[in-house]
Amino acid sequence: MTETTRKTGVSRRTLLKGTAGLAGFAAGSGAITGFPYVMSAEPKVLRYLGTAVNEGDDISKQCLKDTGIKIEYITATTDDVTKRVMTQPNSFDVLDTEYFSLKKLVPSGNILALDAKKIKEFDNITPVFTKGETPGGKKIGNQGTAPWKVLYLEGKDSKTFSKSATEFVTLIPTVYNADTLGIRPDLIKRPISSWAELLNPEFKGKASILNIPSIGIMDAAMVVEATGKYKYADKGNMTKEEIDLTMKVMTEAKKAGQFRAFWKDFNESVNLMASGETVIQSMWSPAVTKVRSMGIACTFQPLKEGYRSWASGFCVSKGVSGAKLDWAYEFVNWFLSGYAGAYLNRQGYYSAVLSTAKAHMEPYEWAYWMEGKPAEKDIKAPDGSLLEKAGAVRDGGSYEDRMGGVACWNAVMDENDYMVRKWNEFIAA
Amino acid sequence: MTDTSDELLQQTSPGLARGSAQTRQKAARLSPSFFSWLQAGPMMIVFLAFFLIPLVFVVIVSFWDYNEYQLLPAFSGRGYTDTFEGCIAQLPELCTIGKTYVKTLKLCFMVWAITLFVGFWVAYFLAFHIKSKTWQMGLSLLCTIPFWTSNVIRMIAWIPLLGRNGLVNSGLLKVGVIDQPVEWLLYSEFSVVLALVHLFTFFMVVPIFNSMVRIDKSLIEAAYDAGATGFQTLVNVIIPLAKPGIVIGSIFVITIVMGDFITIGVMGGQQIAAAGKIIETRLNALQFPAAAANAVILLAITFLIITMMSRIVDIRKEL
Repeated sequence: MTETTRKTGVSRRTLLKGTAGLAGFAAGSGAITGFPYVMSAEPKVLRYLGTAVNEGDDISKQCLKDTGIKIEYITATTDDVTKRVMTQPNSFDVLDTEYFSLKKLVPSGNILALDAKKIKEFDNITPVFTKGETPGGKKIGNQGTAPWKVLYLEGKDSKTFSKSATEFVTLIPTVYNADTLGIRPDLIKRPISSWAELLNPEFKGKASILNIPSIGIMDAAMVVEATGKYKYADKGNMTKEEIDLTMKVMTEAKKAGQFRAFWKDFNESVNLMASGETVIQSMWSPAVTKVRSMGIACTFQPLKEGYRSWASGFCVSKGVSGAKLDWAYEFVNWFLSGYAGAYLNRQGYYSAVLSTAKAHMEPYEWAYWMEGKPAEKDIKAPDGSLLEKAGAVRDGGSYEDRMGGVACWNAVMDENDYMVRKWNEFIAA
Repeated sequence: MTDTSDELLQQTSPGLARGSAQTRQKAARLSPSFFSWLQAGPMMIVFLAFFLIPLVFVVIVSFWDYNEYQLLPAFSGRGYTDTFEGCIAQLPELCTIGKTYVKTLKLCFMVWAITLFVGFWVAYFLAFHIKSKTWQMGLSLLCTIPFWTSNVIRMIAWIPLLGRNGLVNSGLLKVGVIDQPVEWLLYSEFSVVLALVHLFTFFMVVPIFNSMVRIDKSLIEAAYDAGATGFQTLVNVIIPLAKPGIVIGSIFVITIVMGDFITIGVMGGQQIAAAGKIIETRLNALQFPAAAANAVILLAITFLIITMMSRIVDIRKEL
């Protein structure tokens, strides 16, 4: 919605880049003196395409201050980001997208894998991404498009994912979270502990899930498994029969009037919950925080079957090279150096490099957000507004408990095409 | 060169040939058709560049093949066959696409009927009951006030009003008319139709008003003198003469509602399928040929409706 359309001529841009590169080369070789200023004459600008999750004014301002790189945000929904990579790969420099999109992005050949050796903190990236386990050694569920399955490429220009670690990384992880259902404890008035409650007739006309097929069907699968109807081999990669079964359960519930509405974006989910139209629904952590900051009780309810997780990261457009590529590395390195990580942690997300983020947070903040301890002081949002009073404990507890409890990851299935058609039938039912 | 074209002129347009030699020479240099082209040119270029050419592309792409992440420029009917997959096997039950179109047409018909009814009477009031031109202008402008805010805002404004704990429900509860909040006020066909009527009635008012003010008042007086009742005048004089306005307004409303998926999505709680929504879902799944195929189908159906309507009234003749 807030997408910024850019009209700067690409040819002029490439021309400038070319001259700057040449000048840089000349200056570097020492053949010509008195020229080096040409390079700094071009402002360091990166066009950053992504969803709004990582995009904050505070982050871009701090980045400009620390590195001199000016970030121009191009905000779009996950679907639109993917579309843009496919159709206009030259319209952005840095791409911030989710791991599950990689199954589409990598074969398209429009993105450039980053070199792990040039990422300073790469070895400090949380083992959640590299090994599929928490720092404490808990194994994480690997159903769906788990990041470690698509983290490495076989070679620089390869279109195949590598099973073992290589230096070519598809996405440098930035932010991730473990999602579950949001509930209104004041209206439900009893403990909720299972995904199965989403389809409990007790909440008829007061439940909701999100209308993004690839994510909605994962939530539906969590529910189906929780009710004991079926056990999937991989919820993130169903067979046609499994898709039919899942959609049948959902369609029956829909016809019985279980759902009040479906939602597609952050604000819709906040409004549904805040206005009391729904009391139980799929939700995202910051949306729960938002409802709570409106003074309305809302819990991001940990459930016994576990969480559905997602993760996103950075790569660059295939067209990026030369000086611009260096700035992209500089930007990614800056992003992992702590400020941004702490900023994201304070919003309830998780940062990829824990050690640097910790260094940028107060010990009491770290204890509340990451260790699941009761808040020693009032917890403030990055914008300074009050999130939780002293004594509160984060829903779902510590990083270990939450990430260790992940059951599956957002995914693009092999039968994605079929699934989308079935989802349409569900909506039309 | 001049000679041959003069000859040509004499042959083809005797009217011009009859004029003096001077005008004949001028006409030869800049023929009247040149001026017509000049006048129609800009519109034609816009029409070609922004409507016809993209439309041709959409039709072409709708016959391409596709996979997860790219278009394959090879002829394929897959966009269409996928759309209607299982439709014959499922008969007599309607398949998704069938259901979606039936639902879209149903919503479209309801919105059309209501906006026509409301729009007709608003226009009637403005055209015949308001005598002064100034007041007519003023009140017409008043009708546009809702358009000073965006579509989305006008649509979303209904939500706090109609919700479970909304103004209407809490009002009715307080008065004691109901003891349980009415659920169908929001996220239902009712709320969709309500919002669409609210958004688009004005598109009916303007063309109908336009036709009505051009009706010769002496015709109405003549009808009155001839002893026609008010109703007879309405049916036999006013409605036939306002027909072009009615058809133009209907075309506006029908084309907009057939393609709408945002209002239907927001007001229907994303639970009501719309033809436009299928296109959006296909686009989001990067299935461009399938999306194009659905767009072509939607376009064909809308064209069909409009053709039927213009069969009833020959707009070009009436204008």
